Amino acid sequence: MKKVFSRLCLAFAFLFLYAPIGVLIAYSFNASKSRTVWTGFTLDWYYKLFHNETIMRSLLNTLFVALVASVIATVLGTAAAMGIYNLKKRTRALVMNITYMPIMNPEIVTGVSLMLLFAFVGLDPGYTTLILAHVCFCVPYVILNVLPKLRQMDMSLCEAAMDLGCSGRQVYGKVIIPEIMPGILTGFLMSVTYSIDDFVISYFTYGPRSQTLSITIYSMTRRKVSPEINALSAIIFLVILSVLLIMNFSDIRSHRREVRKKRRYDA
Amino acid sequence: MTGNITHTTHMRGLLKKRLFSFFLAALTVFFVSFSLSSCGAGFGFSEDIEDIEDTEDTEDTEDLEDSEDSFDALSSLSYSNSVDWGRFRGQNVTINVYNWGEYISVDDGVDSFFDTVKEFEELTGINVEYTTFSTNEEMYAKMKSGGTSYDIVIPSDYMISRMINEGMLEKLDFSNIPNFGYIREDLKNPEYDAKNEYSVPYMWGVVGIIYNTTLVDPEDDVFSWDILWNEKYEGNIFMFSNSRDTFGIALKHLGYSYNTTDEEQIRNAAAALTEQKRLVQAYIMDEIFDKMGGGEAALAPYYAGDALVMMEDNPDLAFAVPREGTNLYVDAMCVPKGSENKEAAEMFINFMCETKTALANCEYVMYSTPHTEAFGYLDEEIQNSVSYPSNEVLEKAEAYVSLPDETTKLVDGLWTDLMSSGSVSPYAVPVFIAVCLALSVSINIVKNRKKKREKGII
Repeated sequence: MKKVFSRLCLAFAFLFLYAPIGVLIAYSFNASKSRTVWTGFTLDWYYKLFHNETIMRSLLNTLFVALVASVIATVLGTAAAMGIYNLKKRTRALVMNITYMPIMNPEIVTGVSLMLLFAFVGLDPGYTTLILAHVCFCVPYVILNVLPKLRQMDMSLCEAAMDLGCSGRQVYGKVIIPEIMPGILTGFLMSVTYSIDDFVISYFTYGPRSQTLSITIYSMTRRKVSPEINALSAIIFLVILSVLLIMNFSDIRSHRREVRKKRRYDA
Repeated sequence: MTGNITHTTHMRGLLKKRLFSFFLAALTVFFVSFSLSSCGAGFGFSEDIEDIEDTEDTEDTEDLEDSEDSFDALSSLSYSNSVDWGRFRGQNVTINVYNWGEYISVDDGVDSFFDTVKEFEELTGINVEYTTFSTNEEMYAKMKSGGTSYDIVIPSDYMISRMINEGMLEKLDFSNIPNFGYIREDLKNPEYDAKNEYSVPYMWGVVGIIYNTTLVDPEDDVFSWDILWNEKYEGNIFMFSNSRDTFGIALKHLGYSYNTTDEEQIRNAAAALTEQKRLVQAYIMDEIFDKMGGGEAALAPYYAGDALVMMEDNPDLAFAVPREGTNLYVDAMCVPKGSENKEAAEMFINFMCETKTALANCEYVMYSTPHTEAFGYLDEEIQNSVSYPSNEVLEKAEAYVSLPDETTKLVDGLWTDLMSSGSVSPYAVPVFIAVCLALSVSINIVKNRKKKREKGII
């Protein structure tokens, strides 16, 4: 009885999470432009999507900005995390609070202030401003992911490496970076996600040559958001789903291999 | 022991590498599939689509013939020879175009094969950077924020007059736009640009009432704004969610002008809207397509071109232009101050006024075209549709002009009151902040006490 109830709860939670995506994907196959009346099955929207240059350009813009901004943010954030880690307690607390600010700050405030800053400095809106803005809100996420990994790390590892003849640079390259790699990776992935997600900040910083996908979709709202966007969302959802599945499977496989090796060890 | 540690760290390292390579692989797949498909490979969907089209062929041949007719017209047309289109070829000129979203013909490979931007680039060798906006105000803010250098913008009437007043637009050299001659006479020298020095119309239309014939009593008069105040349709009416259009309807309902600056008239309109609010299901914009298409309400004011789209989805819908007069809106092409390639921009405007381009755009967007030649090539059905109302209607129609600041402020204030149902106490925000602060302080006190108690126990 209890089991049935908990299953029901789980099913309900999943329904709540995935019903919107389900509807969105279903209507990407709808023959008419309507989002309420089902008029028959078609793959036209997928075909049109790949033909539509406005959407494709803005998608490529989005991916380009996300990748460049995330790479820069990851490098900056990792360096910053190492610096913060070596600070004294008081200063560290202060700097950490400053780090939290861009995350706590409402996006619209960040967006407007960045726009004003760029106008003040005389930077024309375009890829540069867009990437700078994205780096700005991605860096904190990298810091917040790398710092805990540094704390978890056993500092005697560094000392041991020095004892065995590593130079300072080698300690970074061979001990610290590999040890905090999972944190860096999560920080990078989070940056990519947030960058692709972002609408508000991009809205204030995009220029005549760098429109991102979220802005293209928003600009369709005077007429009507085209079902091509449903099709695109369905594809993005599938790509992410398959990446997650592949990751999970490889996790399980390597875990099994480890267990097997351990058994052999014990035997 | 030590062997075990190095072993697991080694394993973890491998895992990390693998995760990363998976991520990279996924990204590559993403990129490759998109670039492949934009080359026309399209995941092999094309065959399926042909199949589907075949079945449609047999179902409604009449429809398809119609579209084939116009398609033939489109491919038989060519660009005028009198213009030296290749003047900028090889000079690496780029123009930045800022237009409404979904407001230009694109080649989608299924229903439409004319890509306006690409055609222009191929014809002239000028590179076009094309971006989109969703409201006049958004476009205006972007232009005002500085640094942006657009060569073409396509605002609506009242925004054009505002931009002219603020000196944001460049005077056009009409000797570079010979195709201006094709524009309807009644759209030349409009109120918003009285001497017609700054703008060339791109699309136009009128506002009217879209109604569901199965839900509206045939006895009731749909050709009057008064029907939107009819008690019978309580909860069955949609209204615009922008102040200008909504106040405009109320003003017309009371018999005033759209562009009135009289405070009393505007306050009367606000009172009428407050009275009407009870009957209104929702104040919406583009959701109207789905909601009217799905039969969720009986009546809604909207733009004629969009009404055609809705009527295609739902045959129960019809469109009426009230006899009290309505709003005639025009979106026109302008060159903003600061344009670095004004002549190339004018060539773009001239290209947009080519019969072929105007026809393709008007067939894609479904708004009314100001181009007299392109109008001639349209199906008779569309020529006689709600998109091209009679002269009688047009004579009574009014375009928006830019209002003085006080009037705009008054309307905006009344609009906010209407939307917020007026009963929010001015103390709400400070009280809310005080409650939040008290909550966070008390949480900290409780935490500290707990800590102290735990220490005491130890």
